[in-house]
Amino acid sequence: MIETATFSERALRRHLTHLDALEAESVFIMREVAAEFERPVLLFSGGKDSIVLLRIAEKAFRPARFPFPVMHIDTGHNFPEVLDFRDRRVKELGERLIVASVQESIDKGRVREEPGNPSRNRLQTTTLLDAILEHGFDAVFGGARRDEEKARAKERVFSLRDEFGQWEPKAQRPELWSLYNGRLRKGQHMRVFPISNWTEMDVWQYIQREELEVPSIYFAHERPVFRRDSMWLATSDFLPHGRDEAVETMVVRYRTVGDMTCTGAVTSSAASVAEIIAEVAAARITERGATRADDAFSETSMEDRKREGYF
Amino acid sequence: MDLLRFSTAGSVDDGKSTLIGRLLFDSKGIFEDQLQAIERTSRRRGYSQVDLALLTDGLRAEREQGITIDVAYRYFATPRRKFIIADTPGHVQYTRNMVTGSSTADLAIVLVDARKGVLEQSRRHAFIATLLGIPHIVVAVNKMDLVGYDESVFDAIRTEFEEWAQKLDVHDITFIPISALHGDNVVQRSLSMPWYQGPSLLYHLENVYIGSDRNLIDARFPVQWIIRPQTDEHHDYRGYAGQIATGVFRKGDEVVVLPSGHRTRIARIGTMDGELEAAMPPLSVSLQLEDDIDVSRGDMICRPHNQPTVASELDAMVCWMNEAPLRKGARYLLKHTSRSVKAMVDDLIYRIDVNSLHSDRAATELGLNEIGRVRLRTSAPLLLDEYKLSRTTGGFILIDETTYDTVGAGMVEHAGPPQEVPEPDRLAA
Repeated sequence: MIETATFSERALRRHLTHLDALEAESVFIMREVAAEFERPVLLFSGGKDSIVLLRIAEKAFRPARFPFPVMHIDTGHNFPEVLDFRDRRVKELGERLIVASVQESIDKGRVREEPGNPSRNRLQTTTLLDAILEHGFDAVFGGARRDEEKARAKERVFSLRDEFGQWEPKAQRPELWSLYNGRLRKGQHMRVFPISNWTEMDVWQYIQREELEVPSIYFAHERPVFRRDSMWLATSDFLPHGRDEAVETMVVRYRTVGDMTCTGAVTSSAASVAEIIAEVAAARITERGATRADDAFSETSMEDRKREGYF
Repeated sequence: MDLLRFSTAGSVDDGKSTLIGRLLFDSKGIFEDQLQAIERTSRRRGYSQVDLALLTDGLRAEREQGITIDVAYRYFATPRRKFIIADTPGHVQYTRNMVTGSSTADLAIVLVDARKGVLEQSRRHAFIATLLGIPHIVVAVNKMDLVGYDESVFDAIRTEFEEWAQKLDVHDITFIPISALHGDNVVQRSLSMPWYQGPSLLYHLENVYIGSDRNLIDARFPVQWIIRPQTDEHHDYRGYAGQIATGVFRKGDEVVVLPSGHRTRIARIGTMDGELEAAMPPLSVSLQLEDDIDVSRGDMICRPHNQPTVASELDAMVCWMNEAPLRKGARYLLKHTSRSVKAMVDDLIYRIDVNSLHSDRAATELGLNEIGRVRLRTSAPLLLDEYKLSRTTGGFILIDETTYDTVGAGMVEHAGPPQEVPEPDRLAA
């Protein structure tokens, strides 16, 4: 952190950490979007990455309000703790929240649930694209990071989508220095990832430094779970467990926050951010590998979903 | 902990993927599930060993064709530093990706195959790294195991490279003999090369001094966004938000706003966490000025006695990134800092052969992946520094007016009316 009282250039330099550099870059990206787009929106899931996005937005625009609303794509399969947190956090910030509902998309017949597949992860794409069209958004902030997944490692900070919301990995605009090209043709929109260069560890260290609240499911707690696809899944109304799947009550926590039906818990006793940081430092499995059933289908499942307009 | 961004370039056979794989694995940047996934794929394809290139080749087309097409960013950390790798392909048809990856790097690792000596590709990478202003170059002489860890092989490569590199304006070149496959001098010092007294590659990456690379002399603050709360509590608040490009700004400093030329003082340097007495790169802050003057996005705040050149004519080295070539008379959009203008190509002065470094003054166009010196005229003045002074205020991109694709990357060589361009003796000055 920066000490203003005893300033000298050497002292300031010594105190500038990698988190300061990452934060400054992310703030720059958000301001660039605010300046170059008509109607941006920030996607907020209640997860740790989008919690960091909200703090970056505060750093970029306070004491003014955010020049964009916050939007949640609600699968209807959320952890209740996360929804409570979402509402509380947005209220504290005094910002506008838009909720786009996957259930509504289903009710309107825009999407159909696949028989036998309880996950609504893929259905979110239609809800998101409909909401973008309905509100006329031209830039959509997401909390994706390049260290999460190999297709994301190649995605630009300003990621162009065509009128069907599709990502074309072979036709990406070169991105040099900090010069972002935000020009759009009719029907196109931009996905923008301000924390592209952050790792899972950076996110937790930043949460610790900034003393940010996170939903309680990130910390170790007792929960009835069962084993499927070599992951611990929570029992819920949305996800009935099979007759041969034994339910046990275990001490677990979540490394990512997503749809209850495809987000796995990890066994853990980490009860504080400091303990989570220690756990992340020792982890031998990536967060998506440990916790996301949907990424395990094939080695390019993320690339395929992104091509269809996924986050 | 501080941050080091470095670039690598290379193709399938030169051991780049093995080297990155080793750095990531030994520093715990690869996880077990990632390793298992590439083990499965390697087995399915009938490879005899795990192909570490699968780690870095993330796109379907890359996996299918077994080549690296695009820039991939990778992350790892040691207790001393956090690292961001811009991993780029090495072939000439991907020069633009190499340029992109180099644009933000502090250091470049240039790979040389000990058996083959200094080939075109290594030279091209070193040239581009220098052109893009990367201050530190590491020449990693790889596959030393295949030449019997022979000191004379390393020395010959070093001499050849140093002789050639005299043409480049680069001050810090470090040579390290390694075997990425066996791990010699990658993380640990090698026992097989007792004649080598220098650091291992990772030790060098952790310790290379980058503190003096930052320009703290020429204060430049491109205005990005105006913070105006318009609430009762902050009635008259006007914060000029941006990221400090170069130099140091202090509370109370006399400043000038360009291009208007209005002078005032810095009243406050604001952040959400409170005021700062002073700020330097790379901080994003908001400046409040003592006088109520007209400032908008695209303006630049600097010191009265140290200003960029206000010019609508410039010479620049341009790397062309589009299928449709750059030609004299063509018009593009140009984005420089937070300012966007129209630009016209007045002249293509010469084109450089990125392999021989020969400059061709008879060239009439710049094709995809070609680099040349171009004279541009803009519809409104820009606030320009030479690229070697500042990447932020000396770099720009060209955008196609119709497709809006980013078609070129430019580095300012000279701002202002044309001057005679001598035959370049130092190409990447």
